[in-house]
Amino acid sequence: MPEIRNYTLNFGPQHPAAHGVLRLVLEMDGEVIERADPHIGLLHRATEKLAESKPFNQSIGYMDRLDYVSMMCNEHGYVLAIEKLLGIEAPIRAQYIRVMFDEITRILNHLMWLGAHGLDIGAMTVFLYCFREREDLMDCYEAVSGTRMHATYYRPGGVYRDLPERMPQHEPSKFRSSAEVARLNEDRQGSLLDFIEAFTERFPARVDEYETLLTDNRIWKQRTVGIGVVSPERALQLGFSGPMLRGSGVEWDLRKKQPYDAYDRVDFDIPVGVGGDCYDRYLVRVEEMRQSNRIIKQCVDWLRANPGPVMIDDHKLVPPRREAMKEDMEALIHHFKLFTEGYTVPEGQAYAAVEHPKGEFGVYIVSDGANKPYRVKIRAPGFAHLAAMNEMVSGHMLADVVAIIGTQDIVFGEIDR
Amino acid sequence: MTEVLLNVMDGWPQGLQTLIVILIKITLILIPVMLGVAYLTFAERKLIGYMQVRIGPNRVGPKGWLQPIADALKLMFKEIILPTGANRFLFLTAPVLAIGPALAAWAVIPFTEGMVLADINAGLLYILALTSVGVYGVIIAGWASNSRYAFLGAMRSAAQIVAYEIAMGFALVGVLMAAGSLNLREIVLAQQGSILHWFLLPLWPLFLVYFISGVAETNRAPFDVAEGESEIVAGFHVEYSGMAFAVFFLAEYANMILIAVLTAIMFLGGWLSPFHGILPASAFTLPVVGALLGDGIHWFLIKVSLFLFIYLWLRATFPRYRYDQIMRLGWKVFIPVTIVWLVVLGVAIKVNLGPWFD
Repeated sequence: MPEIRNYTLNFGPQHPAAHGVLRLVLEMDGEVIERADPHIGLLHRATEKLAESKPFNQSIGYMDRLDYVSMMCNEHGYVLAIEKLLGIEAPIRAQYIRVMFDEITRILNHLMWLGAHGLDIGAMTVFLYCFREREDLMDCYEAVSGTRMHATYYRPGGVYRDLPERMPQHEPSKFRSSAEVARLNEDRQGSLLDFIEAFTERFPARVDEYETLLTDNRIWKQRTVGIGVVSPERALQLGFSGPMLRGSGVEWDLRKKQPYDAYDRVDFDIPVGVGGDCYDRYLVRVEEMRQSNRIIKQCVDWLRANPGPVMIDDHKLVPPRREAMKEDMEALIHHFKLFTEGYTVPEGQAYAAVEHPKGEFGVYIVSDGANKPYRVKIRAPGFAHLAAMNEMVSGHMLADVVAIIGTQDIVFGEIDR
Repeated sequence: MTEVLLNVMDGWPQGLQTLIVILIKITLILIPVMLGVAYLTFAERKLIGYMQVRIGPNRVGPKGWLQPIADALKLMFKEIILPTGANRFLFLTAPVLAIGPALAAWAVIPFTEGMVLADINAGLLYILALTSVGVYGVIIAGWASNSRYAFLGAMRSAAQIVAYEIAMGFALVGVLMAAGSLNLREIVLAQQGSILHWFLLPLWPLFLVYFISGVAETNRAPFDVAEGESEIVAGFHVEYSGMAFAVFFLAEYANMILIAVLTAIMFLGGWLSPFHGILPASAFTLPVVGALLGDGIHWFLIKVSLFLFIYLWLRATFPRYRYDQIMRLGWKVFIPVTIVWLVVLGVAIKVNLGPWFD
């Protein structure tokens, strides 16, 4: 009698559907998964440890690189934790700007997710459609911070600078004729807010476009309905958050339950699934994009009507204006102190969490009163989701593993940190 | 042209003469097929590019027209890596087994009236036999690679092709019943008359089953589980590189064209013009327009291109089926549909239902 063994398949880290560097050791009975063992750590960059050795502000850039598809939301969590320790609050205009960019980031993240999820299941056109819209949002990032991805825009006490009055424009080149450039610059004649507003006008139609490709597609439904079902109770036990939790039917959104910044001033709804399967999570995320669009629109209107400071006026914490430094000795000293040793934060500890596109992104900071944190702990939503991988894929087939990795919206930057 | 050749070879042994003529004919079929394959890849990248709001290859040569040539050159100069654990003989045999049948099947394809290499009476049977042999290339490639991904791909492919071969076979039985012949030329001629006489209408369900099974049989999206990029990386040819990989690639595309050609021949009347029965007979005797409106290879090529376009369109539109769903579709939907329609067709033939069977 020959010995019957399960088939062990090493899925990743170099695999088209591994979303970076996921390594899954799959134990399979034919095509059916018996056990999935996720191995992590291949993208470990010691963000938490690095943050301990630097003044507070210098780690903001590391936060962008955690979940590298929802950059500003990561910054937001970190900045809020520092603000909590310092006992300060950003000016209202800065809060609105943060909310607006959080939602832009949410759309960025969900577009990336939708594209990658579609591609994993074989629908490759959605991917390129999504990237068309991502490009516009990346331009918003660039206009406001100078960088397309790792913005480092938020600061404890506000945001680095106010929104630009003029949107940067494309220029003709060897590869772009002036007619094409004129078409590209059509929306860019006014300020950044005009550009964002034009985006919010066209975006719902674009979401409809993605939905025509997927929502009622029989193959898409066959591939996602009933796959990776998580009951609401189990989702809570597993520590799910964000769309993963809402897809299971738990109405939990930090933006509503523990509003931070200006979220209590904007109007939006929380979409909730019923079945807890991949399809419901898909619907939840698509609806979240529409809701984000709604929030952005409200922020644009408010920001237009209400000019004001975007940083607090305490130069022990935020650098003075450049012009002031030319005349004012004290301003020069503040600047020098801030950019050499930073500011000190009172002894204590604080946890601040934001509703990150993937779930609850929390930053826990312990300060010993120095100019750098004693300890930073980052609560990455994806980590809890990935931990449920085995439970979600057991009994499903190999192709469903890919669908479930997609639905979890895994990004290794935040899981390995 | 054959006469000129025969004159040149006058006095040579009879067998040699036949051999040379056949070899020349084979070359005349294979070169266009290979060029077709090369430019099908280009068409695919361009068309899908435009469907996906991008441009596609546009750098090599004018508007990117030399891209397939550049790709071929690149693949030829690449090293063929033999994995350590692979079975050397089978590993190198598999690509040959894949491309052999894919090209051999072209022998019985009638491009127009009289333009066929081998006008044999069992043409349909020959096609069915050869397309089934192609799966050995896939299975052997998957097994000989000694890779788990390749092995999974081979298993999937074997199961899938067996399932769809049956549905495809039944669809062909319908054509055979309607035409009363296994000879591809006669199948086309049986559809003469008008556009209504094409087998598209009486065999509509069989046409759908045949074409979809053809897509599945050639491992194309949405049935590309055997090489499902995001699941098993490249499936059975994951370990292949360079020209060995290119041969699989050629076989896949040659099969795609073959399925499009067969669909055009069996359901859309091959080289027959759609204007018969619509325009008066005098229209076809006009000097140039008459030739364009009448039967000819151009209609054949247009019909084939239509199906190839649908192939590419499907790829840009649909997500991939899961392996068990493909099996379910094949066994539980397509095979019953074909069997039911065979019965319907039998009755229709028995009562001489016009305009097809009178």
